[in-house]
Amino acid sequence: MTSARIFFVGGLMSFRAQFNWLNPWILIPSLMIEPVAQILLFAYIGRAAGVGDDRFYLIGNALNYAAIPCLFAMSSTISGERWGQTLGLVLVTPARRIPLFLGRSLPVIVTGWAVAVFGVAVGSLLLGVSVPAGAWPAIVLAVAITSLSCTGLGLAMGAVGLRIRDGATLGNLIFLALLIFCGTNVALQDMPGWMAAIGSWLPLSHGIEAARGLAAGDGLSAVQGLLLHELGIGALYAALGMAVLAWMERDSRRRATLERM
Amino acid sequence: MSRLRTRVRQLAVCYWLQIKILLISPFEGFLGVVFPLMFATATLMVYRLNGDADALQYAGLGAAVMGIWTSVTVSASSLLNRERWSGTLELLVAAPTPFSLVLIPITSAMATVGLYSVLATIVWNRVVFGVRLQIESWPLFVLGMLMATLTIALFGFLLSVTAIRYRTSWALGAALEYPGWLLCGFVVPLGLLPDALRPLSWALAPTWAVEAMRAAASGASPWADLAVCLALGLAYAALAAYLGVRLVDSARRNATLALT
Repeated sequence: MTSARIFFVGGLMSFRAQFNWLNPWILIPSLMIEPVAQILLFAYIGRAAGVGDDRFYLIGNALNYAAIPCLFAMSSTISGERWGQTLGLVLVTPARRIPLFLGRSLPVIVTGWAVAVFGVAVGSLLLGVSVPAGAWPAIVLAVAITSLSCTGLGLAMGAVGLRIRDGATLGNLIFLALLIFCGTNVALQDMPGWMAAIGSWLPLSHGIEAARGLAAGDGLSAVQGLLLHELGIGALYAALGMAVLAWMERDSRRRATLERM
Repeated sequence: MSRLRTRVRQLAVCYWLQIKILLISPFEGFLGVVFPLMFATATLMVYRLNGDADALQYAGLGAAVMGIWTSVTVSASSLLNRERWSGTLELLVAAPTPFSLVLIPITSAMATVGLYSVLATIVWNRVVFGVRLQIESWPLFVLGMLMATLTIALFGFLLSVTAIRYRTSWALGAALEYPGWLLCGFVVPLGLLPDALRPLSWALAPTWAVEAMRAAASGASPWADLAVCLALGLAYAALAAYLGVRLVDSARRNATLALT
C-alpha cells in the first residue's frame, strides 16, 4: 500500500513540481511546435530527395519526438531534486526505490505519448496524410509502448545524472543517437549493418516500425512481435537504470558528491 | 584613448570573452556544433538513398550552414535570461556603453561558433558521405558564408532584445531551429514549400546568403543575393537597436528587468 502511494502520489507531485514544463510558454514551443516542425522538415527533405513518402517521415519523427519528454523529464526529475537541494532528503528516506522512481516515470510516459499522438494528428493534417480511422487505436497503443520504452532509457540517463551534472547535453546526445540509429528517417534495412545492429538495441526502432505498419493498414497481430520487442528493450533499460541508480546512489554517498553542482 | 579606439576595444574584449565562455560550455560550444551536425547527417542519409550526386551536393552545401543558425537562435534567444540569472543584466543595462554594442559582439561570438560548425560539417560530409563540394568561386563562396554568419548574428541580436520580457525564451529559440532550417532553404529547395510561406523565407537573410553560396558554387553571380542579404541584416540591426532601447526602458520603468 505504501509503495502504491509512493508510486502514484509521489509521481504526481514530482510531475506537478516540474511546473516549467507545464507552463504554456514552454509547453507550446517545446512539445507542440517543435515536434510538428521536425516532422515537416524531414517530410520536405524526403520530398526533395524523392525518397519515401510523407507517412514514413510523419510516423518516424512523431515517435522520435516522444523521446524528448521521456528522456528529459526523467533526468530533470533527479537534477531538479539536486537544484532544489532535496535530493539528499529523497534518497535518505526508507521508501523503496522502485515505486519512488518508477512513480515519477508514469506522468512522463503519458506526456511522451501525448506529444507523439499530437505530432501524428497535426502532422497528418498538415501533410495531407490519411491514416485509416480503424488504425488509430492500435497506433495509440504502439505510441504508448514506445513512450514506455523511451522512459526506460530516460531512467537510465537520470541515473547517470547522479554523476554527470550536465543532463541537458547528455539528453540531447541520446536524442541525436535515436534520430540517427532508430530508423526515424531511414529504415533500418537501408542503413549500414553496424548502424542497424545498434538501432535494434535502442528503444524506438521497433515501435516506429510497428507504427508504420499499422498506419499502412497492418493489423495489430502483424506487429505484435515488434511491440513486444520494444517493450522488452524498454524493460531492459529500466532495469539497467534502476541498477545504475542504486550503484550511483551508493557511490555518491561514499564520495559525498550527491549534491555537488 | 580616442573614443573610437575605446569602442573598438570594448567590442573586441566583449567578443573574445564571449568566445571563451561559449567554447567551454558543453551545451553551447559542444552541442551547438554536434546537434546540427547530426541533423545534417540524418539529412544526407536520406539524400544518399537515391544515389543522386547532385542532390547530395545540394544538401551538403546547405547542411553546412545549419550550424550557424542553430548556434545563434538557440543561444541568442536566452542571452538576456542568462545575464538575468547571473545577476549581470542590470549592470549591463546601467553601463554607459550602449546596450546594443554589448549584445552585438555576444551574438557575433555565437555566430563564430556556428562558423566552426560549418567547417566541421564540411569535413564530416566529406569524410563520412564522400561529399566533395564543387565550388566554382571559392572567394565568393566564402564571402557568402561570412555574410550568412554576419546576418544570422544580427538576427540573433534582434531575437535577443525582442525576447527580453519572455522569461522562458530558450524554448522560443529551440522552437525556431527547425522552421529556420526549412524556411531558409538550407536543405530543401524553396520551390517545394507552400506559396504562403515564401514571404517568410524572403524576409530571412540567410535564405539569400545560401542562395549566394549556391550561385558562387555554380559559377553564377551572387552579388544580387548578397546585396539583399546585407540589406536585410542591416534592417534587423536597426530594428533591434530601436526595440532594444524601447524594451529596456519599458522593463526599467515597470521594474521587471530582473524578474526571473
